[in-house]
This record gives sequence, C-alpha cells and structure tokens, in this order.
Amino acid sequence: MAADVHKKKGWEVPNGSLAPGDGQHAERAESPTPGLAQGTEPGAGQEGAMFVHTRSYEDLTSPEEGGAAARSPPEGPGEPPAPPQPSSMEQISKDFSELSTQLTGRALGEEGPLEAAPAAARRDSLLPAKEDEDVTMDAWRLRRKHVFVLSEAGKPVYSRYGSEEALSSTMGVMMALVAWSPLPGSPVVFVRRSPLVLVAVARTRQSEQEIAHELLYIYYQILSLLTWTQLNHIFQQKQNYDLRRLLAGSERITDNLLDLMAHDPSFLMGAVRCLPLAASVRDAVSTSLQQAKAKSLVFSILLSGNQLVSLVRKKDQFLHPIDLHLLFNLISSSSSFREGEAWTPICLPKFNSSGFFHAHISYLEQEMDLCLLLVSTDREDFFTVSDCKRRFQERLRRRGVQHALQDALRTPFYSVAQVGIPDLRHFIYKSKSSGLFTSPEIEAPYVREEEKERLLGLYQYLHSRAHNSSRPLKNIYFTGPRENLLAWVTSAFELYICYSPLGTKAGAISAVNKLMKWIRREEERLFILTPQTY
Amino acid sequence: MEQTATPNAVASTSLDRTHPTYTYKVVLLGNTSVGKSSLAYRYVKNDFKESLPTVGCSFFTQTLCLEATTIRLEIWDTAGQEKYHSVCHLYYRGAHAALLVYDITSKVSADRAKLWLQELEKEFFHDEIVIALVGNKADLAAEREVTTEEGEEFAQSKSLLYMETSAKSNYQVNELFTAVGRSVVVDECWAAPAQGGAAAGPSRGPAPQRPALAAGRTAPRA
Repeated sequence: MAADVHKKKGWEVPNGSLAPGDGQHAERAESPTPGLAQGTEPGAGQEGAMFVHTRSYEDLTSPEEGGAAARSPPEGPGEPPAPPQPSSMEQISKDFSELSTQLTGRALGEEGPLEAAPAAARRDSLLPAKEDEDVTMDAWRLRRKHVFVLSEAGKPVYSRYGSEEALSSTMGVMMALVAWSPLPGSPVVFVRRSPLVLVAVARTRQSEQEIAHELLYIYYQILSLLTWTQLNHIFQQKQNYDLRRLLAGSERITDNLLDLMAHDPSFLMGAVRCLPLAASVRDAVSTSLQQAKAKSLVFSILLSGNQLVSLVRKKDQFLHPIDLHLLFNLISSSSSFREGEAWTPICLPKFNSSGFFHAHISYLEQEMDLCLLLVSTDREDFFTVSDCKRRFQERLRRRGVQHALQDALRTPFYSVAQVGIPDLRHFIYKSKSSGLFTSPEIEAPYVREEEKERLLGLYQYLHSRAHNSSRPLKNIYFTGPRENLLAWVTSAFELYICYSPLGTKAGAISAVNKLMKWIRREEERLFILTPQTY
Repeated sequence: MEQTATPNAVASTSLDRTHPTYTYKVVLLGNTSVGKSSLAYRYVKNDFKESLPTVGCSFFTQTLCLEATTIRLEIWDTAGQEKYHSVCHLYYRGAHAALLVYDITSKVSADRAKLWLQELEKEFFHDEIVIALVGNKADLAAEREVTTEEGEEFAQSKSLLYMETSAKSNYQVNELFTAVGRSVVVDECWAAPAQGGAAAGPSRGPAPQRPALAAGRTAPRA
C-alpha cells in the first residue's frame, strides 16, 4: 500500500491547493519590517514551507473525506478576505482602539466555568486510575472532559475514563443523541466520521468548535494506527465489529494525546514549535540529516520533547502539522522507543489516509531527549534506513555540533525575561506561512499545573473568539482579574500575549511592537527558516 | 559517550573486537504482554523494567560467544497486539530462529503461541528454522495456569526447544538465547558449512535456504 504514495497522485489533490506557492515568499528580502504580508512575517521560511499550508483548525473542521471540492478555495468559509495590513504602529494602535473587541465585564460572566475549572482539575488528581474507575461514582462524573469513541452500530471503541464495558448503556444513549442535533451551548459535542462517532462531554470553557477539533485529532490518531481504508473495510465487512480488539494496547496513545492537548498549545495553534537552537548548529544538523538519505525516505525528523529540531523532506512532499503532532504524540506516549530501534507501520492521515509508511524510530543518546524519526515508503527497507541513522550520527560527530546540540537540549525553553518587557508574562506567536510557532516557558505566576491549564484555557478562549466561524475577530483585548491578554490575528501571523493585569492597553500595544521586533531579531534561533529537502 | 550511545553501537564495537562469523535473525512472537520485550531487554541490557506495549517492532543486536564460534544475533522483538499481525510476517520472514513466548499464568497466551507455530509452519519448512517455546514469568509460579509438563509435552511433540524463563528475576534468559544460538549454529553446520554472513534482514532478500536434506529435528535440544 505504501508504495502507492509515489505512484498515485490522487492524494495531492486535496492538499495541493493548500500548499504554499513558492512565489509568495519572493518579496521577503525587500521588506524586512515586522511581518505584514504573508511570507514576510518573522519566522516565515525563506525557501518554501516545510508543511502543507494550514491556517489553523479551520482546515480540520472543514468538511472532510469527499469534501475536497468544498475545500478547494484556500480561504475557508467564515474568513473574510484580509483587509490591507496596517503598516505602522499608529495604524496598529488605531486598529486596537477602534476595532478591537474589548472583553471585560461580559467576559467575566464567562469566567464562571473558568473559575470552576481549577477546582475540577484538583479533583482530577485525586481521582482513581482509569481502569478501576466506577462509572456510577460521582468522581467519574466530575471529570473535566470525557471523551468517547463508538462505532456507528453503537459499539464502544474508546473511553477516556472508566472501562468501555461498563459504559455500554451510556453509549446506547449517546447513539440516540447522535440522531439529534445537539442543543447549542450544550456541553456535549459530537463528531461523526463514518464509521466512527466521537463524543466529548466537557466542562471546560472551550468552544464547541475547539472540542470538535480535539475529537478530530482523536479520529486521526485512530486512522494513524489503522488507515482509513482498513477502518472502512472492517466495518463494511462487519457492522458490529468490536474495534477494541484492533486498538488494544493503543489506548494509552489516545490518553496521552488528550493530556497533551490540554497542556501543549501546538494543537490549539495547529503549528509546530522548534527547539531554540543557534542557526549554525541547526544548519549543520539539517545538512547531516539531508546527507544521510535513502531512496525510500520521505521525511527525516529530529525532535526533542515535543519540539522540532530539524525536518528534511523529499522534494514536493509536504508534511501536515497534524501528522507531525500525531508522530510527536506517538513518541511521547511510549517508552519502548528508548531501547533498540523501532520499525513500525504508521499512517499519516493528512498525507495519505489509505496507506502505511514505515517509520524507523530511535533515540540518539540514551540519556538525552533526542529522537530520530525516519519515515520510509518501503517496509522492506529497515537495514537501509537503519544505516541512514548511523550515517547521520557519524556526520553529526564529524561536524562537531554534538556539544552545541547537547547544550541546547539542556535549556529547551527560553524565559520571557529575555524579551525585556517587564509586564509581559507569556506569549504565543505563530507564523502562518511556515506553520511554526514560538512561545516561552510558562513561568510564575503560572506555577501549578492548574494555573498553567488556566492560562492555556484563556488562550483557547481568545483563539476561539478570533476564529469564530460566524464572527471572526482580528484584534481582541481581554482584561481579566488576574491578567490581561491581547490577541492579534492577521493573514500572516497570530499573536497572543499575556501580561500583568496592571498594564494598560497602550502599554500592551507598545509591548506588541517590541515583541515583534524581538522575534524578528531572534527568528533564526526560534524558527527553521531554511527547510531542507533531500 | 558516542561509542555506547545505542545498542547498535554497542554491538558494533563488540563486533570489532570479536569478529562474529555469522549473523542470525531471531524473532520473538507471542501474545500481547507475555514479556517478549522484557526478555529481549533482559538479554541485551541485563535489566528489567515494566514496559509499555511495543509499537510495531524493536530491533536489537547482541554478540554471543559460543565454544566454537562467535555469532551475532539480530533480535526482532515484535508487538503482540492484533493490529500488527498483518505485518508480522515481515518481521519473521527469513528468520533463523523464532521464540514463541507465552505467559505461564495465562492459558490463552499458550494457545496463542500454538497458533503462531501454525503460522510459522506455513512459512517455513520444519528444518529451516529453530523454534523455541518459551514459558515466561516463571517468577509468578503461584498463579500458574500452564504447567511445565504441558509445555514440555507440546514442545516435544512438535520438536521445539522448550524453556521456562523469567525476565524479571533473570531466570534462564541467557540460557535460552545461548541454546537457541547453539541450535542455529548446529543447524547451519549441518546444512551448509561454507555459508557465511547469513544476515537475513528484510532488505536483503530471503535468507539463504538451507538444503532440505539438513538434519531433521528429532529431539528437543537443550
């Protein structure tokens, strides 16, 4: 099946229109001012993007499978054509004072569930382990977000908490509910991707759209293990097939994905974070990776934690950030890759949902968090690919960048203090054309786990307001009791900043200006500007 | 640091020192969570840790010194989960030895090992592959569901090697791999004494076929 990837061009059609044209980066060199036209913003790749072009989760939530035609206009519904970009700080400032949606009193009303959330999170930590959880207990009901997957015949496939067995009757009720269109504002979200139905019952402040987006990630995760073709084939053969048989042993991968989505902004941003690394070191790593190629290799990916160190791809083949997130999740959810070399079939559903690639997964150093992923089209090619790893390591040694790489791994996150803006607490900046984002470590006062989740919750909230399909917003200014936030979404980038509740709006706007300059200065370290191909 | 970075590197340094003459492919098969990865890990790293289900397949190499020769074992530790069964033939194709692992506290896993045997019989002639039946988790004797006699009898009836092991308490793990290694070498000598470098990975085509007149296996090897 995997060999089809090369022969069949069919898969390119849905993604093809989303791939960035190379021409759009042409004017970058002449306009070094903070990013306004797409492709010239800080972090935009200089030689074409690594990823399939994705703006955000609209790509995920737009009609799927067979909906390729509906997606062919690259701008999804609900996003009006981008107006001319402001070119000066006065203009930006004017924008914020005139256009921004200031969320204060009304937003505070929505703080209700927000304030309740940390309490729920605390309870979560006291709750028993998944398997022995009694679904009739209050504790089970108190979980912040339940996720269920069932087949269209109503058979349980996955439940985040409690055993699926004990939930059979609940699943039956859900099937009845699926027939209804859920009431607006109800905490139950359904996503139907035949032959599966995914359900979330959430007490978080995420929008329905965002919860649906998370459910789709779960769906893609299942596809990455089985392929869409196999999944459909199974249910065509036998409608009431018990899919848990095939997914046995993989529940933890789904569990891990749900936990990761609650903590890591990558999923929210639909983008990938890079390990901060001096450009010269990254270039040496990328070149070593590029030189250790083999005919069957499509992607060579070096990652640390959930951050990208380097990615080399076959010419004209683009990876989708969602596929990369699924790979990150697979690696972080299993300790078995730490030993030996793994060779496993894996489907990258956004690339080609009908076939398997074979991935060679191994850690470079025992004690270090540096994982190499070599994605091959040929399942017979283990020894060739394994040799690529050896060659890559040898080149890395010869170039003498190992120590620099090790140093970088010791500080995988940078502090917001480096930016030098006193009131600034945290930010997320995403370059749309490269599909990469950068964000400092979450520091005080967001120390405890539930505080970190609360901050991410605020970003989720701003993100959902900015991307609301019926009323998208470009500038949002949010004042809360504990912090102020500002969101700025343009056709080229997305910026979310969190700063002191005592700061003023004018202060925030000048902070944005300084921050953009800082990101531009640091972009070589924070992003991968020159992605390599074999 | 770079010399001992990965098991592969460990194996290749020892390879330089001892020059193993032959490379043999050993595949571990069996139900999920019977301890295949733990056996491999115990053998290669002499350590034990609770591990999560294997994804796809893990590859290790280990040099084994026998009296007459030094060989290199390529160990393919497969995932026991059902979704990987469709690709399992990929991992055992061209294998010189297969370890059918079951958990002595689970009758189901022993039955599953028998099914694996049937599968192997479809792929290999009886004299093409050394097969060992391995009852793992011997440290959990109190919860035993499969007796030693049952295992032994079945192995004898099918001319398989048989051993009970415990990866956790390091019981008979080295012995198991040594016995398998020895068996493979004996077979190879019988079959084709001049054959060398039998590294049979999926990328290198099928393993050199042993002539059909090679010694049939009549008794369990120890």
